[in-house]
Amino acid sequence: MLSKRIIPCLDVRDGRLTKGIKFKENVDIGDPVEAARAYYEQGADEIVFYDITASAEGRAIMLDVVKRVAETIFIPFSVGGGIRTVDDMRQVILAGAEKVSVNSEAVKNPGVIKDGARAFGSQCIVLGMDVKKVLASREIPSGYEMVIHGGRTFTGLDALRWAKEAERLGAGEICLNSIDADGTLDGYELDLTALISSHVGIPVIASGGAGKPEHLLDVLTLGKADAALIASMVHYRTHTIAEIKSFLHERGVKTRMLW
Amino acid sequence: MIGIVDYRAGNLTSVARALESLNEPCIITNDSRLLDDASHIIFPGVGAAGAAMANLRESGLDGHLKKWVQNGKPVLGICLGTQVIFESSEEDDTPCLGIVPGVVKRFPADLREGEEKLKIPHMGWNRVAFRKDHPVFAGIPGDAEFYFVHSYYPAPADETWAAGWTDYGIRFCSAVARRNLVAVQFHMEKSGRPGLTLLANFCRWGGIDAQ
Repeated sequence: MLSKRIIPCLDVRDGRLTKGIKFKENVDIGDPVEAARAYYEQGADEIVFYDITASAEGRAIMLDVVKRVAETIFIPFSVGGGIRTVDDMRQVILAGAEKVSVNSEAVKNPGVIKDGARAFGSQCIVLGMDVKKVLASREIPSGYEMVIHGGRTFTGLDALRWAKEAERLGAGEICLNSIDADGTLDGYELDLTALISSHVGIPVIASGGAGKPEHLLDVLTLGKADAALIASMVHYRTHTIAEIKSFLHERGVKTRMLW
Repeated sequence: MIGIVDYRAGNLTSVARALESLNEPCIITNDSRLLDDASHIIFPGVGAAGAAMANLRESGLDGHLKKWVQNGKPVLGICLGTQVIFESSEEDDTPCLGIVPGVVKRFPADLREGEEKLKIPHMGWNRVAFRKDHPVFAGIPGDAEFYFVHSYYPAPADETWAAGWTDYGIRFCSAVARRNLVAVQFHMEKSGRPGLTLLANFCRWGGIDAQ
């Protein structure tokens, strides 16, 4: 039986973490390579990097970060942010990432999912979805709408319909972020996660809202998620990955306990 | 020197980086003469069986792989590399190398574990019940987990080839071993410390099976 994956997410701008991460003795560090190594050693099952750099120079720095991470950790990791073309994907994969995620870019050009899956295999292509709850309508029958540009732009696209379409196009996994829950530390959006996860045949990573171990328990059971993304709760050392895993393990959720 | 067979099947550098972390010198190449000189051969791969076999035939590496397995050099298959050493794969109905008797099958669509419908690909961390007496699988605790990503699984015709089993709705063969050949379905190079231990064991192994 598969273990449920616990995945720390690191936001990177111009090769540095956007928020410091607290480590031993609460020292703040900003180096994504060091942070990735620390989470690898603390039992992360996978790591997600999200590059919020806009400039070409920043992108080149990110490729160097990816190369150094690949030399340092021996678990899968993915890179997202600003990946628009198969060539962007190739650069990141050649630098050493297992997976690339596409988000706004795929909404504007769904063909990039198909082209990426054909070039590198579906297992490489993660669809990132930013979703907001809205009133159910004819256009948005699920009551969840796709938003892009970090939640600023509504697309008129139904989230459930888009998830199914992306699976058909060849996405190998979905990273599902609730804009409503993101940053609240009040828990994941369980209804949204369960809705998407039970209607697609590919794994779903829940994102947005994690503040305590109970939230992961809920989303990995009631929310039917295959994996859970975490950020603040480990970055600020309110919890450790080992503590979260023990909590889940004691409650019957299979997690990888040996690393 | 460890030779990594380059047949244009995905990102082979992750295996090289894992070997570098173990201080094992390695070379990624499609040149069979360089691979002839290597002490050990690693045959990795990610992608589809049909394209992989086409590349192997076109480069002539298919014949060399059979030769290395026959002449006693330690050979390690990983993921797609493991699948194409079987006789055939249901993926694109591909005839494969036929080094291991048996076929590679697709996971059934209605895979279940209790009430829960299982997803395909089998993606993530899972356990492997290894044959205990094999030098490459030595020192691995029973609750160690390994990283898998695949939709097809190896089904050896002769179960004495099987060296590891994994449960995912069905119990499938996740490792095979015979004489100087070891092949695994999971990604040793992406399975944290237990994976690196297996890789280090392989690099130190002379190719003699305990059987």
